[in-house]
Order: sequence, then structure tokens, then C-alpha cells
Amino acid sequence: MKSFKWLWPIILLGLWILTYINLQSVADWIVDGVIQLPKGQHLTEALRFFIFEVPKVLLLLVLIIFVVGIIRSFFTPERTRKALEGKSLFTGNVMASMLGIVTPFCSCSAIPLFLGFVESGIPLGVTFSFLIAAPMINEVAVILLFGMFGWKVAAIYVATGLVIAISAGWVIGKLKLEKHVESWVYEIKADHSSEEEEKIHLDDRIQAGYNAVREIVGKVWLYIVAGIAVGAAAHGYVPESFMANLMGKSTWYSVPLSVLIGVPLYSNAAGIIPIVSVLIEKGVPLGTALAFMMAVIGLSLPEMIILRKVLKMRLLLTFVGVVTIGIIFVGFLFNAIY
Amino acid sequence: MEIKVLGPGCAKCNTLVKLTHDVVEQNGINATIIKVDDIMEIMKYGVMSTPALVVDEKVVLKGRIPTSEELKQLLTK
Repeated sequence: MKSFKWLWPIILLGLWILTYINLQSVADWIVDGVIQLPKGQHLTEALRFFIFEVPKVLLLLVLIIFVVGIIRSFFTPERTRKALEGKSLFTGNVMASMLGIVTPFCSCSAIPLFLGFVESGIPLGVTFSFLIAAPMINEVAVILLFGMFGWKVAAIYVATGLVIAISAGWVIGKLKLEKHVESWVYEIKADHSSEEEEKIHLDDRIQAGYNAVREIVGKVWLYIVAGIAVGAAAHGYVPESFMANLMGKSTWYSVPLSVLIGVPLYSNAAGIIPIVSVLIEKGVPLGTALAFMMAVIGLSLPEMIILRKVLKMRLLLTFVGVVTIGIIFVGFLFNAIY
Repeated sequence: MEIKVLGPGCAKCNTLVKLTHDVVEQNGINATIIKVDDIMEIMKYGVMSTPALVVDEKVVLKGRIPTSEELKQLLTK
């Protein structure tokens, strides 16, 4: 029995696909057949949108979190550190930013991770690339952007997030701020003897996938339903040109202002999505809304307070400043393109 | 035996402390449980993701919360 554990994901995937491709017809059936609302009215279409989108986004979330959970079982912080050791500045920045996406990370582990990287001689700039990318390019954020605004928005979010992490880390590396790390950091001598790998079997990896789903989906589903409800209220209600008009009229300082508001705020990626959909509903340009979102989940006051333990004020402010400028730049760029 | 739970005081670390207490109690394991939240102390074990579990000065688990069944196996082997 136990050896057939790997069969379950395959069966579940089959059910998943079957459900996913029938979502629209089920939503239509509920709205037109069961509740029998008049077609084309705002309320009807809003309800149709909601009944279709909620299971769609939740299904996407479950599948992708499961896959991410399995992928992450291959990337431990120890392996990531090993991969980054001895890399030159630019290559290191690129690798650290990408590894930041796939390595399991929680903001409460930021300090041990920072210390572990610095202790093994990874340059400061490379470490920062990791610390910027890890929270900002978050799988939940990416799935939600994909589900609610389409794959282009999601792809642009990932790409610009990477660019910010790479360039901000590179700049911090060039500024040679090593002496602005608290001096006790360099005195740490870690015992690396405990670093033998845990033996992980395929069953354990699949279990890691289930665990990730339970933990993350359990935490964020309510935010997602709220976010889609807001989106549904706006659906079919805001005229197409309304957004375009506001984008054209948008004032130049909307991006820096929203980023400055977003930086001290903290929310997880799922919590910010309802707010982003409200902003977009109100006609805020996508670039401004995305920049706000990056500022909220990428930088936060609690994180800065934690990092202050290991960074002197000047380095901390440089870090915040460089990342903030990067996000503002991305917001402008995005607004200019769209 | 001496069990140390390493973690700078995040929610997950507190969960692991509580779980460890429960498992030790339920299985009548003779152990003292120490919560280590000093970051210098934590780093000495070479741990980069918290919470981590140290049994008799050996790191047996890091970066995640085990099921109570898994924890029981770790503590009774």
C-alpha cells in the first residue's frame, strides 16, 4: 500500500484537470440554470465572475503550491549557500535572486540566513539580492496576479522583481558597505558539522507538497475570496475607457507616493491582493498598483527592525533606499509601457 | 536527554516548543526542554532556517515543524 503513495498525486491531477476545464460551464449552469438570473445584468455577470474565479484561483493555488512545495524540498538554504559560495559579484547577484524565489524562506529566518551567508564569505551584495528576491517574488503573489490579471502581469511582476533584486544587490555590493554590518557578525563561528543532508525520499517530497498546500492555502484562502469579491463587484461595471482615461491623466507622483506609503506597511502577499484589486478598480494604473504591492511585501518596518540587529543604520537605510528607488523605477516603466 | 528548540521567537518557533512539550509529556520521555532565542547561540549550530531542534547538541531538524509522530520518532530513537 505504502509504495503506491506516488499514485495519489496522479489521480488527484486527473480530477483537478477535469474540474478545471468544466468550471465555466458549471458557473454558467449555477447562474443561468439554478438561480436563473437575467443574462447581461451587472449583478448576474458579477456573480458569474465570482462563482467562476474563486474555484479557478483556488485550484491554481493548490496545484502550484503543491508543485512549489516539492521543488522547494530540493532547495535547502544550505544548498543555496553552497551554490553561491565563491561566485563573482554579478553572477552571484543573478543566481542569488533566482534562488531567492525557490529557496524556502520566512521573514523570521532572515537573520540566521543573513548570518549564515555572511559567515561563509558570500559577498554582502549577493546576500542582499537573495534577501530582496525571497519575500518579494512570492509564489502566492504570482499565482494571484496570474489568476486575476493574466499571465502577462504575472510574468512582468517576476521579471521586474528579479531586475530589482539583481541590480539593488549589485549596487549595494559596489558601494562596499561591509564595515557597516555590526561587527559581532564577523565573529560568528558556526559549527558546520551538523550539515549532513537529511535523507529525503520521493514520498517525503510529495508529503512536503501536501504540507505546503495545507499551510499556505489554509492561511490565504480567505484573502483570495475577498480579493475576487472586490474584483467581481468591479467586473462589467467599470467601463473599459475609464481605466485608460485615468491612466492618461495620472499624476507623475502617484508612483513614488504609493511606494513610500507601501514601504513601512507589512502584509503577506495574499492580504495585499484585495487592496490591489480595489486600487485598480478605482482606476489606479497597473504600474502604480504593482509598485505599491512590491513595496508592501518586499520591504516592511518589522523586517527593518529585525535587520537592524545585524546592519548599522547607514547600511539599512542604503538597502531600503536602493530597493525603493528600484521599485519606483519599475512602477514608472510599467505605466509607460501599459 | 536535553532538547533545545532554536528560534528567535517567531510564531513557528513557539509552535515547535509547544509541540515538543506535548510529545515529551505524552510519551513519558525523560528530557529537559530549553528554548534558545539568542541569535549568537543559534548560529553556533550552523542553522540557517528556524525553528530547529537540537537533541543532545546534535541538530536533528531545521526549518520546519514536524508532525507529532515524526517528532516522537526523533526523540525516542
